Amino acid sequence: MSSLVIIDSECANLSSIYKAARFVNLDPVISDNPKIISAAGAVIFPGVGSFAHAASLINRKKLTSSLLEAIAAGKPFLGICLGMQLLFSRSEETILSSGIETPEGLKAISGEVKRFPEGLPIPHVGWNKVEPAFGHPLFKGLDSGANGGSYFYFTHSYYVQPEKNENILGRTEYGFPFTSAVIKENLFGVQFHPEKSGPVGLRLLSNFGKIIADIKD
Amino acid sequence: MLAKRIIPCLDVRDGRVVKGTRFINLRDAGDPVERADFYNREGADEIVFLDITASVEKRRAIVDVVEKTAEVVFIPLTVGGGIDSVDFMQELLNSGADKISLNTAALKDPGLIQAGAERFGSQCIVAAIDARRAEQASTGGSHSWEVYSHGGRTPTGRDVVEWAKEAEKLGAGEILLTSMDADGTLDGYDTTLLAAVSDAVGIPVIASGGAGTLEHLYEALTEGKAHAVLAASILHYGTYSIAEIKEYLSQKGLPVRPVQN
Repeated sequence: MSSLVIIDSECANLSSIYKAARFVNLDPVISDNPKIISAAGAVIFPGVGSFAHAASLINRKKLTSSLLEAIAAGKPFLGICLGMQLLFSRSEETILSSGIETPEGLKAISGEVKRFPEGLPIPHVGWNKVEPAFGHPLFKGLDSGANGGSYFYFTHSYYVQPEKNENILGRTEYGFPFTSAVIKENLFGVQFHPEKSGPVGLRLLSNFGKIIADIKD
Repeated sequence: MLAKRIIPCLDVRDGRVVKGTRFINLRDAGDPVERADFYNREGADEIVFLDITASVEKRRAIVDVVEKTAEVVFIPLTVGGGIDSVDFMQELLNSGADKISLNTAALKDPGLIQAGAERFGSQCIVAAIDARRAEQASTGGSHSWEVYSHGGRTPTGRDVVEWAKEAEKLGAGEILLTSMDADGTLDGYDTTLLAAVSDAVGIPVIASGGAGTLEHLYEALTEGKAHAVLAASILHYGTYSIAEIKEYLSQKGLPVRPVQN
């Protein structure tokens, strides 16, 4: 049994995440099979594209309950980009684009997903600094840059706004400080793309691997 | 603060890089994977592969290049050149590309930008525009630029600023803007063109064509309001390293992602 499963959310960056995870000696499988997800020791949940499309996909593939079980069981769980946004209940994106159908996210963390305000170039694309809100093993070695924090690669038009401060793991400045990493026990979400953030991103994935290993011990 | 990006562009033909002289420390300077990794280690923020393969049969070579590069280079990879279908975009993205740059095919069928953006998201779609200055006499003295297709060989009659706005509306996530007048001159970017397009769209503009000095890069990112600079000659011929470029820009007060080893 492979311990780490990358959810097959049919998104464009799936293979990049797989390659990056393998590069740091994690041994992932890509799957959308609820049985394999339930049996896994840890989950990476990637996503790009629209919130509505991804939320419907999870419903259609009947993955909601196995994802929520994995989170409830305290398995290390890393949502990336849209995969992070889907940890929340709803997004302004659904309201703006669909009108009729408004699929919900996993509601694992309370708060909402909002669109960047007018006046800023959208999407927010490129390298920006993530300042960890507090010391955490996920950002080990990545929190001691010039002004605290390392540059990661972002590309997104929406950002998460958790209700509770305790769920904020990192912040990034783009016109204003927005939440770029979230936490709830062993559940993590990052708005940036560790698989495309060079050595810094590989370090974060490797840190995630250590979190998985420590739980197994 | 969002960092200004430095993006090396590699011209690839039949799976081999076709420009550059400074790569004495590489085993094979024509190998795109080695070259991409070299720039990655130097601190490049992204890599662009421009496929200039002439024959359709040899197009598959670029898929292989992307696949192998994505095994070792973990920064965004953009592929452009001859991409004319959503299926080919899918294949490149599956191989590890992050963005698809559309040029001539999008001019023939603007719906391609929309189809790509709907299927993969706007962040995947870059509209590449080759611009040439129109005679000022014909425009009453104000600046205007015409879009050229087919690698800058064919005038299309389209206005650059209008086409950029349309591309944004269709779903492009970035504009890669090349000045045909400045390209290869090393005399500097066309900052008037860059600013005209940057002011007209809300998406990031990548400056291309004309960089010869560090100051030129700075001008494109300030006067030209570009988010990123594409650089070919000054990197390939070893005029400057990416570290030197970033140090210069940083000293001038621009945010850059530090080079790491």
